[in-house]
Amino acid sequence: MLKNESKRAGRKAFLGIVILLAGIVVLENLNLWLPSVPSILLPTSQLFVVLKKAAVYSLVAVSMNLLNGFTGLFSLGQAGFMLLGAYTYAILTVPLSVKDQVYYLYGGSAVKFSLPDLFWGIFGSSGAGYAIGLVLAVLIALILAGLVAAGFAYLIGLPVLRLKSDYLAIATLGFAEILRAIFQWQKLGPVTNGANMIKSFPIFSSFNIKSNGATVLYLSTFVPFLIAIICIVLIVLLVNSTYGRAFKAIRDDEVAAEAMGINLAKHKMLSFVVSSFFAGVGGALFAMYVANAQAKVYTTTMTYEILLIVVIGGIGSISGSCIATFLYVACSEWWLRFLDKETVLDGGFQVPLLRNGFRMVVFSVIIMIVVLFFRKGILGDRELPEVIAGWKRKRAKRKEAAQ
Amino acid sequence: MQYFISVLLSGIAVGGQYALIAIGYTMVYGILRLINFAHGDVFMVAGLMGVYFSTVMPMYIAIPLVLVLTVLLGFTIERVAYKPLRTAPRMSVMISAIGVSYFLQNTATYITGGQPLTYPVIPSLAKTVSIAGTPTKMVVLITPVLVILLVLALTQLINRTKVGMAMRAVSRDFETAQLMGVRINTVISVTFVIGSALAAIGSVLYFTCYQAVVPTVGALPGLKAFVAAVFGGIGNIPGAVIGALIIGICENIIKGLPSAWDVSVFSDAFTFALLILVLVFKPTGLFGEKVTDKV
Amino acid sequence: MKKFFALLLSLAMVLSLAACGSGNNAPAASGSAAASGDKVIKIGVFEPASGDSASGGKKEILGMQYANSETPTVELNGETYQIELVMADNGSSTDKAPSAASDLIASGVSIVLGSYGSGVSMAAGPLFGDAGLAAMGVTCTNPNVTAGNDYYYRICFLDDFQANVLANFAMDKFGAKVAYCLGESGNEYDQGLISYFTKVFEAAGGKVISDSYPTNNSDFTSYLNKAKSEGADVIFTPVSIAYATQIITQAASLGIEAPILGSDTLDDNMVLAAAQGTNIQLYVSTFYQEGGSPEFDEGIKNYINSNADAKASNGGDDTISAVTAMGYDAYYVALEAIKAAGSGDKAAVKAALPGVTFSGVSGDIAFDDVGDAIRDTAFIKTADTANGVWALETVQTASAIG
Repeated sequence: MLKNESKRAGRKAFLGIVILLAGIVVLENLNLWLPSVPSILLPTSQLFVVLKKAAVYSLVAVSMNLLNGFTGLFSLGQAGFMLLGAYTYAILTVPLSVKDQVYYLYGGSAVKFSLPDLFWGIFGSSGAGYAIGLVLAVLIALILAGLVAAGFAYLIGLPVLRLKSDYLAIATLGFAEILRAIFQWQKLGPVTNGANMIKSFPIFSSFNIKSNGATVLYLSTFVPFLIAIICIVLIVLLVNSTYGRAFKAIRDDEVAAEAMGINLAKHKMLSFVVSSFFAGVGGALFAMYVANAQAKVYTTTMTYEILLIVVIGGIGSISGSCIATFLYVACSEWWLRFLDKETVLDGGFQVPLLRNGFRMVVFSVIIMIVVLFFRKGILGDRELPEVIAGWKRKRAKRKEAAQ
Repeated sequence: MQYFISVLLSGIAVGGQYALIAIGYTMVYGILRLINFAHGDVFMVAGLMGVYFSTVMPMYIAIPLVLVLTVLLGFTIERVAYKPLRTAPRMSVMISAIGVSYFLQNTATYITGGQPLTYPVIPSLAKTVSIAGTPTKMVVLITPVLVILLVLALTQLINRTKVGMAMRAVSRDFETAQLMGVRINTVISVTFVIGSALAAIGSVLYFTCYQAVVPTVGALPGLKAFVAAVFGGIGNIPGAVIGALIIGICENIIKGLPSAWDVSVFSDAFTFALLILVLVFKPTGLFGEKVTDKV
Repeated sequence: MKKFFALLLSLAMVLSLAACGSGNNAPAASGSAAASGDKVIKIGVFEPASGDSASGGKKEILGMQYANSETPTVELNGETYQIELVMADNGSSTDKAPSAASDLIASGVSIVLGSYGSGVSMAAGPLFGDAGLAAMGVTCTNPNVTAGNDYYYRICFLDDFQANVLANFAMDKFGAKVAYCLGESGNEYDQGLISYFTKVFEAAGGKVISDSYPTNNSDFTSYLNKAKSEGADVIFTPVSIAYATQIITQAASLGIEAPILGSDTLDDNMVLAAAQGTNIQLYVSTFYQEGGSPEFDEGIKNYINSNADAKASNGGDDTISAVTAMGYDAYYVALEAIKAAGSGDKAAVKAALPGVTFSGVSGDIAFDDVGDAIRDTAFIKTADTANGVWALETVQTASAIG
């Protein structure tokens, strides 16, 4: 009975995901299929930029939630793991033909191969061969990005996972800062390109299918969605497995969990490594989103941003993190932008306060309100289906009461 | 030799300034078990106020005014952002602290319009003096003296007065102290008031040395001050000061190492590495008391 | 209830704080809001108005706004079009750059100007390319901005040229044998210039000692003392404005005698103010020297002095920064491109832009086949610390230094 139900829920979720992905593809390609569309549907509109960024951030937010929300480990090293992922991806995928230009200060790169070229060598660099090579190269680079981040997480985890709550937070934050300093070091320039950014590697828009110079199918928003969804589904499966239940037990009461026979060190490490793996993949996706990899953006500010998303969505709720990411990114990068612009109304009345920077002030006030008054975030620690079921039940009850 | 003295002097100057911020951190952590991420930003706001006030009034009025307003700011932050969360999990309070820090930085960006501001010169502090043939600013010499005086005053306050006793009681055991009739909220407010006042004093000294005030200027000294507090043993005021001085001096020694090694960029990274080492091998810091972990 | 009160209190505090600062109002929005009914052509301004580079970005915007107030319309095929500047703040950060760029694309601009800072330009480059929109860098000097991007152009010289000029200047003027270079770690601008400077300086037999400081560092005394004890003949610090003011004041209090060389970012009135009244010898290479076009100087000074917002953007006085002159020229180059295209259509403007030539206040502007400006002149200015003004030291051309 229970098994049937979970099977049905799984099928429902799968269907939902397929519909979502199909919807994205349709939305993105309407401008090709319809004679005229509103400017919001053009492929370079804010809508798609925000969707891409939100897809990337939701993966990172969910990975952070796995650690902070489900295992109760307060880590602030997310930006550091993203940096590792971004650089791994970028270093491995810069095509040979542009390497000298990208590493111009160092007379070329010390990494003498490039995954896309490797596969194009095998499959040919035109037509279908090009596409297969590209997809394989990006896929492998993404997985390696995750693995490098996970490997570092393992090494860092050995000493620091013994620390408690805020000490763990500050130690992981410290590691992220150290990583950034290392990647900015000029001596490593031939590999990391020092202070310069690595660019010209395959990005989301490389996946748009072109024929004769004109795009025939846009996939640049679909790709980040697909990858993020696959990763998030994997995290959900982990959370719902016995491991996930062990994580939650550790979060709720470490001592009790240990008494129940849960190996604390092993489970904490597993959660930390898995979370970092997906943060690394997220970092690689982020590099694709901004079309470059440069250490100076992966600061603590970025970690705080992601942490705030997790809190707004609800600590311990994966769907909450996803919803919060979309709201957060859309608000901060799109909907509130009007607050940055001085506005004169028709009567010559200049709206007070509106000028550059006001957007972020309003935004931080909103965040404080959420943190103080909606302490549980949007969904608390429940998932979207539960919340909807709860609403339905309430409505049914109200109806009953009315009758 | 002269070079060594100059590095040492820079280290003491920086360390002394970290110390003033670190005391605020360590007191708040000792009592609330909260890493007050907004503390560095309070320090930044004090700097901004110094810049704005000095344009409309003489310095001898501006500095006390900055002091009063910074204290008020610290008090308000505690009341608005931390007090409602007293019973919430520690993570929520810390997130609230991050939120306050975010808010202060964004508001500062809005007000300054993103321009770096230049802190006014206070002639008596900025005067150049010479130590063993090494020129330096007066403030570099004043800072450590001031820090020592303040630490002495604070230890007297904590050990001799009733408020101090209450502070010690609260930091030892929050709930029992409450049961014994200690007014928790007053004690916490006093802690924030003292911490903010020190941050304001620190801002005057710091920005006299390093005149550019930008919205993010508080973040790094704030973090380093926290490291200093951990290093010295959290909750221990002289420990925080010694930790701050050690960090300040180490940092400047690393900056002063031969350029051929190209390691000077790791001066911040070193601070964090030190922190991690201390946390892993001696979590109570150099002078911290051994605490038994309560379940 | 108590919570609500606390909330109100905090809101009131924010508003009062904000009110304090509104005197500092910065011009951020569209320059001339065209009356409805007029035909409008929009020019996008992709510049940092917050973050590390805000100070420089605002000065660059200032030049564009002044140019826009001077020439707010353009005649195309006998019709008058209003030019409207559309601003987007890229926050000096590459992760905010794509959405700022898409904001401009969505508002239907014909061409984009900016940004101050190369990193954000590189991050936004692919988006402009996808949208088929030409972008014109004003003072972004990194070679990779235009390389590999057909839609990015720029009107300034590049890092290698500037570093070359400064290295030669150091050797010719001071007979420098040892140079101390100091830049921010992880900043492509600083490190790029230092690398080129090192190459040229060492090739000529000099010795270079270089250090990088971590971001947000504010104590430079150890670095400066090192420069002194190593016997550096010149100190080269191509850093951003806030750091430059710190380095100069600290160098002054340490009694550093070696001249300090800076790049175009140091050509800024805040840096000048930091050097004023000290014994520091400060030399900067730049795009424009006050006095190069008396007409422009007078006009922009009037503009700055008559507009409190503009004055705040310029850091509170009316010293003209080179980036302002560059912003001014960029606006006119964009106008030329629009005129040559005969419409505000972005594809037409992009097609017309490479062929545009223009004599601006900062010199003649034409594009090569990569999209870079063909420029061979840099001005070297020195700070007159007694009077707090810049004085022209020399004009360097590429042919002179080989």
